[in-house]
Amino acid sequence: MTNNLISITGLTKRFGHVVAVDEVSLDVGQGHTFALLGPSGCGKTTLLRLIAGFERSDAGSIRIGKREVEGPHQHVPPEKRRVGMVFQDYALFPHMQVSDNVAFGLRNGDRKRRAAELLDIVGLAGLGSRMPHELSGGQQQRVALARTLAAEPEVVLLDEPFSNLDPTLRQRLRSEVRQVLESLEITAIFVTHDQEEALSVSERVAIMMDGRIHQVGRPEEVYAMPTSRRVAEFLGDANFLPGQGDGGYVRFELGRVRAEDDTSGEVDVMVRPESLTLSAEDGLPVEVIHSEYFGHDQLITVRLPSGNPIKVRILPGRALDPGQKLGLRLTGDPVVFPAA
Amino acid sequence: MAIDLRAIAPGAIRTQAPPLVTILAGIVAIAMLLPLVYLVIRAAEGGAFVETVTDRSTIRTLVRTCFLAAAVGVGTLAISLPAAWLTAATDLPLRRLWAVLLSLPLVFPSYVGALAMIGALGTRGMLQDLLGPLGVGTVPRIYGFEGAWLVLTLFTFPYLMIPLRAAISGLDRTTEDAARSLGASPLGAFFRVTLPQLRPAIAAGLLLVTLYVLSDFGAVSLMRFDSLTRVIFIEYKSSLDRSAAASLALLLVAVAMLIIWAEAATRGRARYHPGSARRTNRITTLGPWKFPALAFCASVAFVSLVLPTSVLVYWVIRGLDAGQSVDFLGSAAWNSVQAATLGAIACLAAAMPIALLSVRYPGVMARTIEKISYSGYALPGISIALALVFFGANYVPALYQTLPLLIFAYVVRFLPQALGASRTSLLQTNPKTEEAARTLGAHRARVFGRITMPQVLPGLSAGGLLVFLTVMKELPATLLLSPIGFDTLATRIWSTTNEGLFTQAAVPAILLVLISAVPTTIMVWREQRIT
Repeated sequence: MTNNLISITGLTKRFGHVVAVDEVSLDVGQGHTFALLGPSGCGKTTLLRLIAGFERSDAGSIRIGKREVEGPHQHVPPEKRRVGMVFQDYALFPHMQVSDNVAFGLRNGDRKRRAAELLDIVGLAGLGSRMPHELSGGQQQRVALARTLAAEPEVVLLDEPFSNLDPTLRQRLRSEVRQVLESLEITAIFVTHDQEEALSVSERVAIMMDGRIHQVGRPEEVYAMPTSRRVAEFLGDANFLPGQGDGGYVRFELGRVRAEDDTSGEVDVMVRPESLTLSAEDGLPVEVIHSEYFGHDQLITVRLPSGNPIKVRILPGRALDPGQKLGLRLTGDPVVFPAA
Repeated sequence: MAIDLRAIAPGAIRTQAPPLVTILAGIVAIAMLLPLVYLVIRAAEGGAFVETVTDRSTIRTLVRTCFLAAAVGVGTLAISLPAAWLTAATDLPLRRLWAVLLSLPLVFPSYVGALAMIGALGTRGMLQDLLGPLGVGTVPRIYGFEGAWLVLTLFTFPYLMIPLRAAISGLDRTTEDAARSLGASPLGAFFRVTLPQLRPAIAAGLLLVTLYVLSDFGAVSLMRFDSLTRVIFIEYKSSLDRSAAASLALLLVAVAMLIIWAEAATRGRARYHPGSARRTNRITTLGPWKFPALAFCASVAFVSLVLPTSVLVYWVIRGLDAGQSVDFLGSAAWNSVQAATLGAIACLAAAMPIALLSVRYPGVMARTIEKISYSGYALPGISIALALVFFGANYVPALYQTLPLLIFAYVVRFLPQALGASRTSLLQTNPKTEEAARTLGAHRARVFGRITMPQVLPGLSAGGLLVFLTVMKELPATLLLSPIGFDTLATRIWSTTNEGLFTQAAVPAILLVLISAVPTTIMVWREQRIT
């Protein structure tokens, strides 16, 4: 059990009659990388701005370390919170050269040398005398990170930090940023609407929808065992098949799975495409309807005997043609939800 | 590797410019240089240039003029910074309306403003009129530095407020958040991050204001403040040897150029239009500060808008009451509109080839021509007028004191405005639409007529209106160059105010204000839509 650095309790923020953040409670462990994942407009950026101190909450509290920074009678201004933020569009100071941007939050000591060190850490050694507009998007992103780290914050918040970058660069920068944060043992909260990004960079993920936290857990937990149909759908491809609850078991077209003891009546069974395999020899007889080839894998849509379509993710080995007859087998664990 | 964004000019085509465009642009550029070159020749001919400009009284005049410009700069900044911030970035009630109201003082040419102030506070003015019966004999002195400063500050501050307001609404306010999260206090964030980002807009606005003050002739001469323009005019009128006037006019140009250079030097390397991201127009909540903020906006609007208007109306009513015959000036109004319309059309026609060249075919040639065309900025009206008076009288007597020469003076003076509008609208049209039309079989002229012109027309007409408005208000060149008997509203106001005939001055002044209110209001509304 690690120590919690950030504890959020019952935090609420309204804009007029819109509840942007609705009684959110969260704990973030010291040194963890935490992802806040949700569709756009779910309130995740507002939550981040509340933690940074740019917004005042209507109820609830935020503690960082031993200190309450936000509460009914408490509002520590952003500059006193030691919370750093990397903004979606970086918010570099356009009138300052890169090294001055980085040195902005440095109070004393050899500011020049320290700024150069940080630029070195983010891989921009020697670019200190450039102006922000003379850098590429990825470089600007690194300057923003270096500038935030320079102020030695206890927590770093990153608001959709990679969304303005092209996909290849995004992936590279993502793992670089994670390495930097991990090597410096910095507690970080990412906000993103990209599930792949959230699952790949963080140690824990919170799924936020409509201002509420729906589920918190390790990436593999939330992916494999989503607590609601919406969370399951948001996190990736999901098949839903009708099933029948029967006291501790659920029957559905692909077989019988264990469920809660009190499960009964109609239910939905969620099966990830990766939890299925196709073979020529055995299994439930299915027919290929359609296939999408991605290179690293392929997604095959097949028709079950009942007529329901279902998606299967398989290795890219051989191409499958529509109409081909194959056998389907369940290899992973399905998840049972109340019927929609 | 860094990408040099400057290398990619939007709207540029990398081919040779059509010769017709280059030739036309070149002719315009040469014509623009004519007054300046002739002024130099004329000042050199007199042989006493150095003696004239190093004369003690000249230096005193110069210092006085620069001091006035600096003081007006400070005054306009003191009004514009809060006004722009309140109307662009806060929840001030009716802030859009305030933004419009505080831009409207532009409809008062400086000499109309001076007329209003003199008519209100001067000898035999409104205040004395009202207080006289109560036994108050003297009113505070309005003439001189104080009067000139007051009038120029009150009626030029929108030149600073408008760009400042645009800059504030375009500001990336997350940079303030970033500064806060890096440990800066709210005030620290303002001074270290926000204000420096506004610096270019402040510098550009102050440039407009100080150039206005430097070249202003109407307000200073009515306020009897001996700034350089007034001294030049007196010299020209009173002395037979006009080379001294030419030398002083050249000195004025030099000062203006110095100021332009200083502004360019402050710009530095920074870039202020941030890249891609969405702009969140964040609004600061004023809370109880709402009331002082409203009081501030209301008092500025009162002294710069309500007061001058009521003074003018007061004089018309008083004159009518006293049975004075009020001339409704059909001819002067017609002359003004005629000159302004011709001036606007001529400016746009001259600007188009240069804009085309500089936007579509950038290069050394285009840059040079463009730079020259902006020289009007540095040429005060009185300097241009004097140059053309000398030139006309000596070389083309047929044109001397004719409308074409006057229009030419307007073109030299106001081409930069028209050029700005044409450039902006051309930059906003995608050159690919022209290329598409070419691939569909249209030849160049047809592309220009069917594709380019329709796209740039809205921007051009806005630019035309702007020129129209400024020509309408122009005084010194009109005074020196207009054909004999060609009275405009501007010259009529100037001469009648000089003689203390406030009623006679108020009628054309109201007319002029009403006419120029139309383009100003349109311009201000457009500005509103953009910001």
